Amino acid sequence: MADESTRAPAEEPAAAKPVSALRRLRYLVPVFLFVALAAALGVQLLTGEPGKVPSALIDKPVPEFALPPVQGFEDAGGFASADLGQGEVALVNVFASWCGPCRVEHPLLMALAEAGTVPLYGINYKDTPADAERWLGRLGNPYRLMGADLDGRAAIEWGVYGVPETFVVDGAGRIRHRHIGVLSRHDIDETIVPLIEDLRE
Amino acid sequence: MRIASRALLAAACVLLGLVAGASAFTPDEPLADAALEARVRALHAELRCLVCQGQSIADSNAGLAQDMRAIVRERIAAGASDEEVTGFLVERYGDYVLLDPPVKPETYALWFGPAAVFVAGAGLVFALLRRARTAAGAAGEARPEPLSAEERRRLDALLDDDA
Repeated sequence: MADESTRAPAEEPAAAKPVSALRRLRYLVPVFLFVALAAALGVQLLTGEPGKVPSALIDKPVPEFALPPVQGFEDAGGFASADLGQGEVALVNVFASWCGPCRVEHPLLMALAEAGTVPLYGINYKDTPADAERWLGRLGNPYRLMGADLDGRAAIEWGVYGVPETFVVDGAGRIRHRHIGVLSRHDIDETIVPLIEDLRE
Repeated sequence: MRIASRALLAAACVLLGLVAGASAFTPDEPLADAALEARVRALHAELRCLVCQGQSIADSNAGLAQDMRAIVRERIAAGASDEEVTGFLVERYGDYVLLDPPVKPETYALWFGPAAVFVAGAGLVFALLRRARTAAGAAGEARPEPLSAEERRRLDALLDDDA
């Protein structure tokens, strides 16, 4: 560099050395910045869930909706906003007979209902009434109440963009948790049930 | 008999047509009012199809996108403002439903970050260039004296050694 050529020559190169070593390290600053940025982006890339949109409704009251019963299950329906928030923590599950993952989580929901862990409510999303009736008839009905959301408008009120989705609603009728996609045994044991127990206290 | 059944069929067709026409807001049936329809189209292009994520609801044929298109059209037809329509969807789906993220404190980094980085970088380059120029100027003023004959001889010797 220009200023080095003007420095006194030869005599004290040893004394100049540590200074120049430090100065040289300055050029690593961009490398460190790059590594930090890459790490931040990498963590997001590897652990983020780009397919999952955070719910805008967390801690908000359940939306207004009122659904007629599912065909063949008139005694367990319909289902409306007023059924929630009656002092009881509840699980609201959006499902459809045409939805493969719903079939996967269905036995878990049945087990929850049979164990009496938590009351389940169902929103039957854009289903053909006859298909829904047959599906529930064959696999069993875990829901205390069910509503048929034939045109999908109630699901939009809930901010649902795919089935299955499951919401935990507290006793005051506020949405406290949203699970997008199929529920696993792990999700239920590690997230859903502990949250329900917390909310009951 | 055959004529009767044919007449019946024709009547059924007409009736079906009427019913189809009357079911007001199929997602893509344009509104009669061109100005309103233009607003509907503009909103469709601004809203994200949440199932496909990278597309607007105007570009997607997913069921949810069709429903959202219908909702936009219905609400505009009912006299809602653009903000009311997007507000309805943002309340349910969050800002993510807007393809253009709104400008607010949480998104300042997103909106202004690149410009800030550019300005900072330009400032840095400018400062470095200026320093280099003043250093060069100073070096020019304090130009070292030309080599003496002795120095020249040592230099040549060193260079020869190297070769």
